[in-house]
Amino acid sequence: MENQKPIIATASLAGCFGCHMSLLDIDDRILNLIELVEFDKSPINDLKKFTRHCDIGIIEGGCCNSENIHMLKEFRKNCRILISVGECAIMGGLPALRNGIPIRECIEEAYWQSPSVKGHNPEMILPNDQELPMLLDRIYHCHEIVKIDYFLPGCPPRADLLYDALVSIITGTEMKLPYEVIKFD
Amino acid sequence: MSTNGSVIRCSIDGKEYLAKAGKYINDVARENGVYIPTLCNVIGIHPQGACRICTITVNGRMMTACTTPVAEGMDIKTNTSELQDLRKSIVELMYVEGNHFCPACEKSGNCELQALAYRFQMMVSRFPYTFPKRKIDARNPKLVKNYNRCILCKRCIRAIKDEQGRSYFAFRKRGHKVEVGIDVDLGKFISDEVAQKAMDICPVGALIKKEQAFRIPIGKRKYDKTPIGADVESHHV
Ligand code: SF4
Ligand code: FES
Repeated sequence: MENQKPIIATASLAGCFGCHMSLLDIDDRILNLIELVEFDKSPINDLKKFTRHCDIGIIEGGCCNSENIHMLKEFRKNCRILISVGECAIMGGLPALRNGIPIRECIEEAYWQSPSVKGHNPEMILPNDQELPMLLDRIYHCHEIVKIDYFLPGCPPRADLLYDALVSIITGTEMKLPYEVIKFD
Repeated sequence: MSTNGSVIRCSIDGKEYLAKAGKYINDVARENGVYIPTLCNVIGIHPQGACRICTITVNGRMMTACTTPVAEGMDIKTNTSELQDLRKSIVELMYVEGNHFCPACEKSGNCELQALAYRFQMMVSRFPYTFPKRKIDARNPKLVKNYNRCILCKRCIRAIKDEQGRSYFAFRKRGHKVEVGIDVDLGKFISDEVAQKAMDICPVGALIKKEQAFRIPIGKRKYDKTPIGADVESHHV
């Protein structure tokens, strides 16, 4: 670890990639970040597998299917510090609006009933490929499944919040939290 | 003991103040530029003491500032670290008790519950989310009542009445099932003006005036740049 750059991994579970977009929204500070860290498994570099143990894992999105749970546990195993980023990771976010609606009803609405599909699925096919991950009964936010070390709220979290949090962790300095950066929308 | 109206001396956070006996601690503090966070309280309406956000200590004992009148010799503390954490925990409890999906809420940016969470720097609730199953009632011609977001503060019941003093809103059911509904008959005659007043008096997004949502862009809403309570603190002399 000595003289080595900290290694970051990121994942988008049941999220919309908005949090990742916000991370890119740090503009030219991304050059500073590249100086400070290396990226491992992440949609940013399209690395599909962990190649080594990481220092910081950034999780966007909660868990809506078995694959999300698997991925989240992988991240916990492979990252020293795990951060829940955004409303979906922290409390389920918009996907969790389906909590409380039976799963059958959600699927029928999506594939049979909603205006964009009604009449276009005469054989009433529902996704049934073995390869597809199993949908969960509801959305589980990340700290229901694994231990999470830090939480950065927002929808998406402000770029400044993400950048300052990463720099604070990497340099071991206390984080500034000006009023404008903590927002839930 | 002091009688109502006589002038008493009390101390708030170590500073001495003169105040009229019988005035609520919250009002005395506010008029002197000391912000005590409140949620169920509405200035000028009889206090309810429902939310406990305004908890302070008087001579070491916890009291609600919105319902406790000042008296001679009171030693009032409004902002100890214990009180700060207690208030934050109440906000966190409210967030898990209902379904508060801020990114999808019409009141986001103008919501007092959210503004308190911002002020207290709530990053996540320390309590488990309950995701209760609640309904949305859109039968009223002017207002949508969203039970997912109602914090039962009774502000609407207490502040919005018709010309005969009848309330458009009322409590229903008991215990943890209690809810605040719109009177179906009286509600039919709600004017645009009253509907707007109801939406404004509701601290959260439980009462939304139809065809009003998302009018103000992000960045221009009430609490986007200014913390709740900043107006009280800026009056400090
Ligand atoms: S509808 Fe709004 S004002 Fe009325 S009790 Fe619920 S939260 Fe309070
Ligand atoms: S503001 Fe005092 S109890 Fe709610």
